Amino acid sequence: MNPSITLATTRRILAQLRHDHRTLGLLVGVPALLMVLLRYVLDQPGLFDRVGPLLLGVFPFVIMFVVTSVATLRERTGGTLERLMTMPLGKLDLLLGYALAFGLVALVQVGAVLAISLTWLGLDLRGPVAALVVVAVLDALLGMALGLLASAFARTEFQAVQFMPAFVLPQVLLCGLIVPRDQMAGWLEAISHVLPLSYAISAMQELTREPAVTATLTRDITIIAACTLLSLLLGAATLRRRTP
Amino acid sequence: MRVRDLRVVRGKRDVLHGLTFEIARGEVVGLLGPSGCGKTTLMRALVGVQVVAGGEVTVLGEPAGSAGLRRRVGYATQAPALYADLSVAENLRYFASVLGAPRGDAARVMDEVGLGRHRDQVAATLSGGQLNRANLAVALLGEPQVLVLDEPTVGLDPVLREELWELFRELAGRGVTLIVSSHVMDEAGRTDRLLLMREGEILADGTPGALRASTGAADLEDAFLRLITGEAA
Repeated sequence: MNPSITLATTRRILAQLRHDHRTLGLLVGVPALLMVLLRYVLDQPGLFDRVGPLLLGVFPFVIMFVVTSVATLRERTGGTLERLMTMPLGKLDLLLGYALAFGLVALVQVGAVLAISLTWLGLDLRGPVAALVVVAVLDALLGMALGLLASAFARTEFQAVQFMPAFVLPQVLLCGLIVPRDQMAGWLEAISHVLPLSYAISAMQELTREPAVTATLTRDITIIAACTLLSLLLGAATLRRRTP
Repeated sequence: MRVRDLRVVRGKRDVLHGLTFEIARGEVVGLLGPSGCGKTTLMRALVGVQVVAGGEVTVLGEPAGSAGLRRRVGYATQAPALYADLSVAENLRYFASVLGAPRGDAARVMDEVGLGRHRDQVAATLSGGQLNRANLAVALLGEPQVLVLDEPTVGLDPVLREELWELFRELAGRGVTLIVSSHVMDEAGRTDRLLLMREGEILADGTPGALRASTGAADLEDAFLRLITGEAA
């Protein structure tokens, strides 16, 4: 690993996004728009206070998953990954380069949604805003890391896009967003325990209820961070210098 | 550079069946043969990105693909491996920083391949020939001692092709070893040595002049045909 190569990779990915105004607009605009829709669909301030933050954990996760799986698939199929593998770039340089770049994008994304939610939409958050930003950005990074990993199993962009429902929707169904996890059938609850998004939702729920950083919140954040790290390491294992 | 009994299997097919040859420093070697004969696979093995089934590939005294070679061997794939959404200069600056090449190296290689005027153009909007030259420019970054170039002159007009061959010659003059694949026979005459490949084997190995003389052919195209039919007979 080499910090200057990692940072060069981050700069390169951000430059790619800078050239792609539409993607950048979608990245920041879509979650904000969805939040506005949610506020007026629920139309009850109390309910929005409870549900809004949960979705703030889900949107960046889903969007980063899709963006990263397609972006890394392009590196694999476009020959740039092979080219980089002939150069003195470590696998971690590439992965951390992506993590840093998309982490920054997630920060902007979450910042925009949060600014709109707290002002215009009148979200009343009980927990500390900074903790919510940390959880939301971690969720985005988790989505990114899983997207990176998923891209290794896709041969085409068609397949990569379909991994979104395959990897993400089961987690959304089981994470406690629709039915609380302790009210699910035992075997479903057991599955939900090993899915990382469950902890993202649990963390957000904690933030809507408790004014301070609780032990549950700390545990959830640790688990999300560990899952992100694990997916990144598994993703690194799928990057090969030599291919058949 | 030394290749000993190199075997490569892709899927269930034997692509290279035991190649052995050596290449001296500063030599310009042409790799010729019909498409599908294993040229690209051989080049991938030389830069160490190909899974090999057996044999040994040594480059500058180290096993191909080892960490110490990653700054000393430049590789340009046949299909341009560039970020289509970045400009030529941005692409080159990124690869230059990965290689740890000096500042200004990006500008140098752009001039060497004649892309200075297109530096701020996004790669996706370049013509096929320009894209090829940008791809070649990446391989030149950091002044590698060995260049492995897969069909670098495809889609270029004769004038540009001439210029690139002058560049290759100049590099060889500085001691750079070049392995250049092509299926254009008139280009082959510009090399020091030709490896004619067919179906994963080396059919002939020698200077262009020697190959013409040994087959009694007037040009290399004819020499190649004679070698193939001679083998079949």
